[in-house]
Amino acid sequence: MSDEFEPTIVAFLCNWCTFTAADLAGSSRLSYPQNVKIIRMMCSGMVDPIYVLKAFLDGADGVFIGGCWPGDCHYINGNLKARRRVALVTEILKQFGIEEDRFWLRWVAASDGVMFRELSKEMTEKLKELGPNPLKVNKMIA
Amino acid sequence: MPTITINNRQVDVEAGMTVLNVAKEIKINIPTLCHNQGLEPYGGCRLCVVEIKAGGRPGLSTSCTLKATDGLVVETDSERVKKSRRLTMELLLARSPNVPIIQTLALEQGVTDTRFSKEDNDCILCGQCIRMCKERMGVSAIGIFNRGSNRVVSTPFDEFSEVCRKCGACASVCPTGCIDISKLSDKEPNYLSSDWNEGLMPRKPIYIPFPQAVPKLPVIDTTACVHLNTGACGVCADTCVAKAIDFEQEDEIVTLDVGSIIVATGFDVMDPTPMESYGYSKFANVITNLEFERLSNATGPTSGKILLKDPDDKWGHTNPPQSVAFLHCIGSRDKNYHEYCSRTCCMYALKMAHLVKDKCGHETQVYNFYIDMRCFGKGYEEFYRRIQDEGVRMIRGKAVEVTDKAEDSSEEGLLIVRAEDTLTGKVLRVPVEMVVLCTAMEARSDAQEVARTLGLSLSADGFFMEEHPKLEPVSTPTSGVFLAGACQGPKDIPDSVAQAKAAASEAQSLSTLGKVVVLPMISYIDKDLCIGCQVCIDLCPYGAIEFDDLKGISVVNEAVCKGCGSCAGYCPSGAAGIRHFTQKQIFGEIEGILAS
Repeated sequence: MSDEFEPTIVAFLCNWCTFTAADLAGSSRLSYPQNVKIIRMMCSGMVDPIYVLKAFLDGADGVFIGGCWPGDCHYINGNLKARRRVALVTEILKQFGIEEDRFWLRWVAASDGVMFRELSKEMTEKLKELGPNPLKVNKMIA
Repeated sequence: MPTITINNRQVDVEAGMTVLNVAKEIKINIPTLCHNQGLEPYGGCRLCVVEIKAGGRPGLSTSCTLKATDGLVVETDSERVKKSRRLTMELLLARSPNVPIIQTLALEQGVTDTRFSKEDNDCILCGQCIRMCKERMGVSAIGIFNRGSNRVVSTPFDEFSEVCRKCGACASVCPTGCIDISKLSDKEPNYLSSDWNEGLMPRKPIYIPFPQAVPKLPVIDTTACVHLNTGACGVCADTCVAKAIDFEQEDEIVTLDVGSIIVATGFDVMDPTPMESYGYSKFANVITNLEFERLSNATGPTSGKILLKDPDDKWGHTNPPQSVAFLHCIGSRDKNYHEYCSRTCCMYALKMAHLVKDKCGHETQVYNFYIDMRCFGKGYEEFYRRIQDEGVRMIRGKAVEVTDKAEDSSEEGLLIVRAEDTLTGKVLRVPVEMVVLCTAMEARSDAQEVARTLGLSLSADGFFMEEHPKLEPVSTPTSGVFLAGACQGPKDIPDSVAQAKAAASEAQSLSTLGKVVVLPMISYIDKDLCIGCQVCIDLCPYGAIEFDDLKGISVVNEAVCKGCGSCAGYCPSGAAGIRHFTQKQIFGEIEGILAS
């Protein structure tokens, strides 16, 4: 095993789009980095900010939220609520010293398994550059 | 009510009717040339003469102008009438000996030749064109000029008319077909072509969309109808016996409350014009598969004959082709257009190859340029063998180009298909008379809008995505919406029928049960934690949360809630949550992930 830093990404994925895309990526045998750990949500709009904070406080190096493209939400407009919420949470995270680039919100269509793989790769690469969660580095959390 | 006697038969008639119309109603045939139901009577051709025996001035009179007054007694085939009609026909035959309708009518009257010296003038001065233009179109772009034997139908000063709209109404009523509208005005005529016949046939502004239309009723093209655009014409409304034409009618949007929706919006046919190398819309005889289908159809432009298009005549066709090439995979299995296989082309190309051999004769050379033959269905492989036995040549290699640049005399005047035969490794030039492009089936251009409206998703190829490719091939992520046919992906008729039947039974099983299964993942509000701030009520996109004034808390209506969790994601007191996605469960998942 190499000593290279392997980030852990907690991904909250909307059941109707990004989760389906991840499923499609799997059933199409597209491999994506195992750093991405998926939690299924029914909608990106149900991701409570507390889940994001919890993930970072428990030592996650990045958090990814995947929702439907604007206008395509299965629940009319949950993704737009998520977008507003993410903007606020990003501000809070910055105050804890957690960089913006560790917290991603992206739109992925259900048919776009390829895009999910590309985003997973991209985010993993980015986090490898950024290094581990600063809370862990500063020994603020265990 | 007046009563008249025609050929010793008493008839009750409506006041104001002409004798011609009465005769028509009781199925007595009176020949006419200048009469048109939609135009004012003219009495010009003198063919419709009848003999008045009593009740009027005795003698011959034109029945189109003769009013049926009470007590009138007429005969339509007395010797005197016949003699007069024969003379009229002889005179007409002398003026226009080469016009088919004159020849036919003359024969009907027993006239085979004329005693008068023959001219060659196709116009019989019946004046229908002039009356149509003046009375109906309200334009008077044409009129009759000069006197006596020099009378002609023309525009003023024989120049292009400024008022002519080039609507073609004059030409459409001309009994002899002698009007060339290009001489009336230099305006571009607005040719209407039949969509159903892939633009291969003209159509009128009022038309029945296709022979088997249900309901089989005519529709009016509002952009082309003269009445709707200028207020003139209205011939159809006046001549319709059932008085069924209503110009006031407008498009209606009907709102229906339904339990389920079956999406069967079909597909678009790819337009091969941008693929310039195949010369579609540049060479008249490079046609698409659907155009071929209309050609070979009995109700199509050639009544089912497979004929070459006449390059000089918009609607014309000439001879049967002596050689035809079918080019498979035009836009399908092509990285530049659509990567997918359109599934139907191999088989219909074989069918069309068979039709060419069958209808144009066995000596007709038929070539199929293919990448792979995909004859996967029941009986398909057997059909493929049969077609090969009929002498259809199969060339394994996609055609790259259709050109008219001949390299030697054998290619002169033909279309040359260039392709590599990948079995022999040789590059071929195959000269043919007709090229049929088997174009791709593609998602409808408005699929995105339909998907938005119904909450569906599109796969990468643009077709609607089913809920699960193997286990839920008919249903969609929106409960109660089902897919059928080529809107979900290219498919042939049996596959579309199978899917449509599946969709119908899925929809029926929902209504038969009378119950809907709701996912258990719906919201709840903990009544002990809710502080009654009511933010969740505004957040809920379905209006599923109501405020209980008595208890001062918000309450979820479980039948309406869809479980999106908008409320749970926000609730400041943590009272709102989603069953099976509780905070405890999600925290558990996060801890589990991060513990490893």
